Amino acid sequence: MNYDVTIGLEVHVQLKTRSKMFCSCSTAFGAEPNTQVCPVCLGYPGALPVMNGEAIRYTVMAGLMLGCKISAYSKFDRKNYFYPDMPKNYQISQYDMPLCLGGSVDIDVGGQAKTIRLTRIHLEEDVGKNMHFARTSGVDFNRAGVPLMEIVSEPDLTSPEEAQAYLVALKQILLYAGVSECNLEQGNLRCDVNCSLRPRGTTPLGTKAEIKNMNTFKGVFHAAHAEIRRQTELLAAGEKIRQETLRYDPDLDITVPMRSKEYAHDYRYFPEPDLLPVVLAPETIQAWADQLPELPRQRRERFVREYGLPEYDAQVLVADKVVADYFEETARQAGNPKAASNWVMTEMLRQLAAQELEIGQAKITPRALGELIRMAESQTINSNTARQVFGILFAEGGEPAQIVKERGWGQVSDSGVLEAAVDQVLAANAKSAADYRAGKKPALQFLVGQVMKVTRGKANPAMVQAMLEQKLV
Amino acid sequence: MAALTELTAVELLEQLRRRACSSEEAVKAMGAVIRRRDPAIKGYLEVDEEAALDQARSADAARARGESGSLLGLPLAFKDVLNLAGQPCTCGSRILAGYRAPTDAGAIARLRREGAVFLGRTNMDEFAMGSSTENSAYQVTHNPWNPDRVPGGSSGGSAAVVAAGEAWAALGTDTGGSIRQPAAFCGCVGMKPSYGRVSRSGLVAYASSLDQIGPMTRDVRDAALLLKALAGPDPMDSTALDLPVPDYMAALATELKGMRIGLPKEYFVGGSDADVERAVQEAIAVCRKLGAEAVEVSLPHTHLAVPTYYIIATAEASANLARFDGVRYGTRTKADVHDPIEMYAKTRAEGFGAEVKRRIILGTYVLSSGYHDAYYLRAQKIRSLIRDDFDRAFGTCDVIMAPVTPTAAFALGAAATDPLQMYLGDIFTVPVNLAGLCGLSVPCGMTTDRLPVGLQIIGPAFGEEQVFRAGYAYEQATQWRHQRPPIADRTDLQQG
Ligand SMILES: [Zn+2]
Repeated sequence: MNYDVTIGLEVHVQLKTRSKMFCSCSTAFGAEPNTQVCPVCLGYPGALPVMNGEAIRYTVMAGLMLGCKISAYSKFDRKNYFYPDMPKNYQISQYDMPLCLGGSVDIDVGGQAKTIRLTRIHLEEDVGKNMHFARTSGVDFNRAGVPLMEIVSEPDLTSPEEAQAYLVALKQILLYAGVSECNLEQGNLRCDVNCSLRPRGTTPLGTKAEIKNMNTFKGVFHAAHAEIRRQTELLAAGEKIRQETLRYDPDLDITVPMRSKEYAHDYRYFPEPDLLPVVLAPETIQAWADQLPELPRQRRERFVREYGLPEYDAQVLVADKVVADYFEETARQAGNPKAASNWVMTEMLRQLAAQELEIGQAKITPRALGELIRMAESQTINSNTARQVFGILFAEGGEPAQIVKERGWGQVSDSGVLEAAVDQVLAANAKSAADYRAGKKPALQFLVGQVMKVTRGKANPAMVQAMLEQKLV
Repeated sequence: MAALTELTAVELLEQLRRRACSSEEAVKAMGAVIRRRDPAIKGYLEVDEEAALDQARSADAARARGESGSLLGLPLAFKDVLNLAGQPCTCGSRILAGYRAPTDAGAIARLRREGAVFLGRTNMDEFAMGSSTENSAYQVTHNPWNPDRVPGGSSGGSAAVVAAGEAWAALGTDTGGSIRQPAAFCGCVGMKPSYGRVSRSGLVAYASSLDQIGPMTRDVRDAALLLKALAGPDPMDSTALDLPVPDYMAALATELKGMRIGLPKEYFVGGSDADVERAVQEAIAVCRKLGAEAVEVSLPHTHLAVPTYYIIATAEASANLARFDGVRYGTRTKADVHDPIEMYAKTRAEGFGAEVKRRIILGTYVLSSGYHDAYYLRAQKIRSLIRDDFDRAFGTCDVIMAPVTPTAAFALGAAATDPLQMYLGDIFTVPVNLAGLCGLSVPCGMTTDRLPVGLQIIGPAFGEEQVFRAGYAYEQATQWRHQRPPIADRTDLQQG
């Protein structure tokens, strides 16, 4: 039998607040264990949580970017369970009245556009991290209390490919919203994958199983494939799918049920009495909405309209907000969006990919690239030289004019100098000159090349060509 | 002149202001009384006289420099549930033996800024759960009026030391009556402020939506003085509201003209002991003589208050006390364990007493899937009905008067045999917490067994001024505040 796949994702996004959700401890990544803690995030007796307003604002901003309905009234709840990484043995989360409801994410898989609906976005605190040593275990509470936004999708995804496309699109929007660094290596984005199968063409959803705590997009893709395989085999064997929690084993490429005890929880939610409900005035929500940046799609459309870029180029440029920002600044500096687009799309992205760097890591600034583009366009240097200068700027930084001057790479446009070189070449290549005069047009390119050779590439090729044509009439 | 230790807090502060005595002398004098009397009372868990003397000398030096503060040099006792930086805070529990608080509670910090000196930690029911202070893991506190009787609870240690003359004043906490009931049992004044009036930061939570810190004193004026210092917002507690704090002492008056006193008919239906009922009725008669008008009011959901309270309080407690797991602080089981959950179970089994376990289990049950709606959710609905009852009542009166408890102090050991009976003793106090109101307990008579009786004066949320006014006028019109328990004579005579 063939099956239809249904996937829903719960994505936990670390917000980029400087301090934790309920105390003033730093959220910086990579500190020594338990150096960013205080009585509040360690759950000391008597310590009370106090809301970080930035966490609320970031969540609402994300909600607005994703088209959610923002709740005028929402509240926090206690989610109760015992686990060593939980300082209070309850987590402050939002149960039945989250900050954002609804919303959607547009994806594109194989040229097929699709809208994935969101159920809700709520805000909660992160837990600590258990660490296991040779004979003991410890807990690092640096992460405990860091604000996490949980984005829950409807079960609208029908393949691992769609799940991955959804994550890419979601990450792009969150980066545009400026609410999270979305750094996967630092665990800024973690994901639970709900997956179920049902016989093709039928409507009721099958029993779902949940793969916990995936932290790469590729991982989600492979885990979803593995889970679909597992469920298909079970159903083929006439067995029932159990509602359970699994983890993905990347080495064996299989999903493995967790000991049911680990997640068999009755969370006993009830309203958090230490925090007041969150009441957002319409003016507050409007003020935040007014600060919203463009969505990637809006920006792509604007690049086509405003800069006259081809649709494809605009799409490549907006894919990464930092690249798009870099491009816009370069275009402004160069006074030439099309040339800026060419440089960023070709040289820049090629070098970044070759050296596996992010755009922020390259030494070349938009101002330097803008200047380089102006020099190339005004033919102060020729295109080969420009590419060489780019390489130096990329690796070392600096000023293009300085680099050209130091290395004597300036393009020669002085007609006196050029005429001497042209005369020298004509004298030495009388046969080619005669061929050209006799109608063999390609001879001209040979002569231009010869002039470039004697000027060691610095001659302005357009001027050389014009000069040759004039002399060979 | 009366002995230094017999003064009220306001009187002592006046002596300090006039330099008739120093804070150091006051602490030494009280130290001597504590050494004489507390072995019989056992109200204190610890008196750190050296630390108190250091603070007293600093206060004296500050006064010599011309500094002032509304409590400069006043020594206070405090319930063992409050955080003082560097001090032990056991909450009367084994599980916090050896624990020291990292910072001052918000309310303690306010008192420190006013120059208060901290004398020692008082005994309490473990995690403030109980009405007799017998649930302390450390010791049994005796009622200064009769050593075979309980001092009440959970702030029984604070009430006992104030009543026995071992402190000018003390801090208590009240979740369902834990300030007012022991004040009534021991014959001192106790004020439960409105929810949100005093910061809860650094108060180890029992039930977060009900807990409040308040003063326990020898008279109403002292309670007004202390609440003025305790009250106000705190950046560390978002439920402590930023509302102006009135000058409560300025609100005190000796007549009650124009004040309407509400008498809830459900509180006077013969559920109380005859002595209690008589004393409260006499107190109301005194208030009418002072110019107040008595009106009948109705609080129709009163009979649901105790079950509602025990559902909400235990539900919150089950989460609040989950943090005591032996991982980060407090005691940890010495037994061999194989995984963290087993470590928690053993640590908690060894660390908590019977009443705390009973309430954690009850609270876990009422929140459990399948029972949550029938218990917790219904209790929340009834809680708002109870609040509505009071809102309606305060439409026709300024304060409500009632007994604090249906009986005077009961015998030691009586509560242990029948916890349900002990819960029912909270009938007049828990509605005040459920509705977020303020309530004052003022001594209003003695039973034929020579045990104190308390008059409860309840005000609307943030209506502390009118409650103090009524309490002060009544107190000044009677002599109950001058009654001294026999412990004073007994121990002082023994010591010669
Ligand atoms: Zn912290």
